Amino acid sequence: MLLSAALFTIGVVGVMVRRNIIIIFMSIELILNAVNINLVAFSNQLQNAVGQVFAIFIIAVAAAEAAVGLGIILAFFRNKETVNIDEMNLMRW
Amino acid sequence: MRYIWLIPLLPGIGAALNGLVGIRAFSKQAAGLVACATMTLALGLSVVAFWQLLGLPAEARFYDVNVAEWIPAIPLGMHDGLIGRFHVPWGFRLDPLSGMMLLVVTGVGTLIHVYSTAYMAEEPRGGVARFFCYLNLFCFFMLMLVLGNNFLVMFVGWEGVGLCSYLLIGYWYEKKSAADAGKKAFITNRIGDWGFILGVFLIYYTFGTLDFRAVQDAAALMPVETMQFGVLSAIALLLFIGATGKSAQIPLFVWLPDAMEGPTPVSALIHAATMVTAGVYMVGRNAVLFSHAPMVMEVVAIVGVLTALMAASIGLVQYDIKRVLAYSTVSQLGYMFTAMGVGAFSAGAFHLMTHAFFKALLFLGSGSVIHAMAGEQDMRRMGGLKKYLPVTFMTMMIGTLAIAGIPPLSGFFSKDEILYRAFEHNTLIWALAVVTAMMTAFYMFRLMSMTFLGGYRGPAWEAAGHGHGGDSGAAAAHPGSHDDHAGHAATGHGGHGPWHGPHESPTPMTFPLMALAVGAMVAGLVGIPAAVGGGNAIEHFLEPSFTASTAHQAAAEAAEPAAAQAEAAPEDNAEHASVNIERALMLFSVVIAVIGILLARKFYITSPEVSERLAEQWAGAHRTLSHKYYVDELYNATVVAGTMAGGRGLWGFDRHVVDGGVNGTGWLTLVSSWLSGLTDRYVVDGAVNLVGWTTEESSYWFRRLQTGLVQNYALLMVFGIFAFVGVYLILRSL
Repeated sequence: MLLSAALFTIGVVGVMVRRNIIIIFMSIELILNAVNINLVAFSNQLQNAVGQVFAIFIIAVAAAEAAVGLGIILAFFRNKETVNIDEMNLMRW
Repeated sequence: MRYIWLIPLLPGIGAALNGLVGIRAFSKQAAGLVACATMTLALGLSVVAFWQLLGLPAEARFYDVNVAEWIPAIPLGMHDGLIGRFHVPWGFRLDPLSGMMLLVVTGVGTLIHVYSTAYMAEEPRGGVARFFCYLNLFCFFMLMLVLGNNFLVMFVGWEGVGLCSYLLIGYWYEKKSAADAGKKAFITNRIGDWGFILGVFLIYYTFGTLDFRAVQDAAALMPVETMQFGVLSAIALLLFIGATGKSAQIPLFVWLPDAMEGPTPVSALIHAATMVTAGVYMVGRNAVLFSHAPMVMEVVAIVGVLTALMAASIGLVQYDIKRVLAYSTVSQLGYMFTAMGVGAFSAGAFHLMTHAFFKALLFLGSGSVIHAMAGEQDMRRMGGLKKYLPVTFMTMMIGTLAIAGIPPLSGFFSKDEILYRAFEHNTLIWALAVVTAMMTAFYMFRLMSMTFLGGYRGPAWEAAGHGHGGDSGAAAAHPGSHDDHAGHAATGHGGHGPWHGPHESPTPMTFPLMALAVGAMVAGLVGIPAAVGGGNAIEHFLEPSFTASTAHQAAAEAAEPAAAQAEAAPEDNAEHASVNIERALMLFSVVIAVIGILLARKFYITSPEVSERLAEQWAGAHRTLSHKYYVDELYNATVVAGTMAGGRGLWGFDRHVVDGGVNGTGWLTLVSSWLSGLTDRYVVDGAVNLVGWTTEESSYWFRRLQTGLVQNYALLMVFGIFAFVGVYLILRSL
């Protein structure tokens, strides 16, 4: 649980403070895996297999998310030649 | 006799053939042949039916055929609150009166059809078929009128003959005067028809049936309305209005002279022999009704004799050969109504029959003259035609003697019967009728003298065999004046090359003339009065048609002796007593006729200047007569002008009130739409714009939130989560 909480916090802070989008992406993976650890821990404590099933689902979703996210980053990089998050303000009015 | 319904149907089939197929496909000969064949068949059937009718005993001489239902029984209220059955079959009845009319219509009709094949030969092909279609259609409706056994079937025929009259008068519809004359005839007839149909309504309302015999039987049981003007009088008067329209009596006679714009066979068939006598026939059909309304009978007699006198006096000064005959027809119809009015129903019907013969003869003869003169109708441009038209002259002479009342020709017997009955009834009416008789003799011999006797006054013509001499001007002598053929001179006679002068008509035209001449000679013999040793067969023959059926009549006589007295049954004892008077009257009327003839001879042959001097001396009277008593002008000034003024008034109403209303509505709509436009622009659009404006203005503030930086959003999410979790925890701990 502590490990999970620590990993989650690291991920969140990473998302908040880093400028490199790759790093942010890695931090998001950290958050997801923190949640996985949390789920597995609770599953073990409560002796309920549902948590582990859920963790497997999250791993599958994370894989898909990683593929989509990396695709977006690649496309962006081809346009802007940068991975700096501050340059990514296309949604701005 | 079971097949009498075929008699009207045959000409109807002919009309349908000629009208639907013939106008496009038939040659002139085929069209004429179809029409003549159907008429001849109808004539044959009529003769057979009539023969069978004669074979029956006198009391049972009627025969009813109901071909089909027309209007199935409908309950309708009557005057006494009872619910009657309004039930009309397509029923036909053969009885002595309709039998006689049947023979007249089919007989004269067939002859005129034959005559028309030659007379109309110069018309274009489709026109001939159209003409025969109308002519056949007319016979169909006329036979329907004659044979119908109830008022509604009669009314169908009544309207139908009016329609055909309109179509045939306006046959040369390119000619404005012909088209106008057709309209005039139709409209004048409609006024009469209005009276007729009102009478029919009243008959149903009173008697609950429209069958002739049932109505007569019922009327025979009702008291004679000598003193008061009751429902029977009202019915009789309304029916008489109908009769004045159809039979050209005062005040509705103006259409008949104008109707002469039609082709001459039409004038002969419709406006002399058959249709115009429909009114007389109808009055005769309802003899019992009329004899129960003595006041109306007086009206009928007075109108009849006045019409006779007036029309005869106009006829004295006319120059158009057909118009003289037209006024003569009006005058003779007046005679018939006089006869009806004095209660001599069979004498009137007898005169109707003889008149059909001699007047059709005279009209066809005049047609032959017009044909010979290539369309000339003005008698001042004729004269001396006797040597060119021997057959026409002889036959017309017979007709003229007949109409003038020279024994033993037909007109003498019928006219004399009427005069005698008028004398019995009222001496004044008799005196007027005698004056009319003299005028009749005078104008007819004036016509004959001007047309056939004396020297030739017409246009010159190119003599045969003289044409190649090189006198080109003579060919222009074709008299194309205001006449029958004016519109067709180029296509008609023009097609034959130059006019070769008056010539006798071809056989199809002279044959009907001769046949009718025989008819005009012998038709009177069936009615030789008892006073000169005859049996007066026709009176006894027709008598059942003018009385209620025998069983009812016995009851009526028992209940109301006066009713029987007023009916048409001749009083035998009275007749015996007055044989001498009758003989004297006959002699007198012959003398009168001879005087008329001699006067005409003096004026127009021996010393023509006398007539001109007289015309100058009596210029005012002459002018009045030439202008037909200014009746047309009077009607123009009153009825036509009144209608026009009414129309203009209605137009003004329409323009100011109706149009004003419409325009006002339009203006109101305009104003209200302008108001709603304003509302739309300022209120609705304002609200919409306000929303837009508010959104736009507020967006200046809200758009700042959209930084586009992902991490800002993430930070906000985290803060949000912290805030929610914080609130949750705080709330939980409380």
